[in-house]
Amino acid sequence: MNQQSLPLFEIFIRSKRGLDHRHVGSLHAEDSEQALEYARDVYLRRSEGVSIWVVRSSDITASQESDVASFYDPMDDKPYRHATHYKLPKEVDNM
Amino acid sequence: MESNQQALLDYYIALGDDSLILGHRLSEWCRNGPFLEEDLALTNVALDFIGRARMFYSRAAELEDKGRGEDDIAYLRDCREYRNFLINELPVGDFAFTMARQLMVDVYDMGFFAELAQSKEPMLAAIAAKAIKESRYHLRRSEEWIKRLGDGTEESHERVQSAFDLLWGYAAEMFEMSDDEQQLADAGIAVKRSTLKQNWTSAMHRIMKQATLDIPADNWAIGGGRQGEHTEHLGYLLAEMQFLQRSYPGQQW
Repeated sequence: MNQQSLPLFEIFIRSKRGLDHRHVGSLHAEDSEQALEYARDVYLRRSEGVSIWVVRSSDITASQESDVASFYDPMDDKPYRHATHYKLPKEVDNM
Repeated sequence: MESNQQALLDYYIALGDDSLILGHRLSEWCRNGPFLEEDLALTNVALDFIGRARMFYSRAAELEDKGRGEDDIAYLRDCREYRNFLINELPVGDFAFTMARQLMVDVYDMGFFAELAQSKEPMLAAIAAKAIKESRYHLRRSEEWIKRLGDGTEESHERVQSAFDLLWGYAAEMFEMSDDEQQLADAGIAVKRSTLKQNWTSAMHRIMKQATLDIPADNWAIGGGRQGEHTEHLGYLLAEMQFLQRSYPGQQW
């Protein structure tokens, strides 16, 4: 079998109940069902998780390097948009 | 040792032999898998089988109580002392052959370990309870692969069909009981394997039909593994597997 012809899948694993799924890596598989099984074999052999998501890499729309200026920079000169800008009352330990 | 105690010991060893020999065959795919993900998956399955063999052999060594350990049972017995079904010792062949064999064994294991989990012998029941979870996963894999290959390209269909044609007659001995085993079964310890055949056959027919494969004719059968009568292939397997312990006795990791 020619691996080049197999689509790539991104693998997300939830390590514990209550936590979010986190991206752990990617693998090749014929379809999403098979990707789920390979994810178990490649990433979950030592009970690292309780749930797996697989997503076809080609289904992900990613921001581009060239978008950086228009996407993220405008936030930098508006510090009041960040929670860290505000001083918390002493009674509040953490936010 | 009482005769039923000897029969129980033989039973543990035979079950360990099935697991070890198939586990070793599957391990031959390590670094030879068709692609990385499948290589990892196959060798994970190999490890499940080798883990089972260790549990069966360790208990056998305890029961025997003659100072032998699991390694002695695995590495210091010759062909005729091995009791595995012949289907487990056949060479890996191509990927279609490996998966066809795996499907036949996985379907059998699902039925067998479900029954063994009810055994009155607590250790057998405990090993079976663990094994059945593994087998459920193994079966999911082998069933999917057979459908993919059978209903895939012309070449994959032809390869997997000829694999089943070559393997079919090896199924018979999985359902033939020895007298000792029958006695253990009557005592609620061993599985009445003869009763598993019907479910095995109907599950195989269902899966193979979905995979657009023909069911081979039941016009030949070969057996003898449980009596220590093996194919020529087991000797070569043991030579490779036992080489290190035979050359450097007592060597440990």
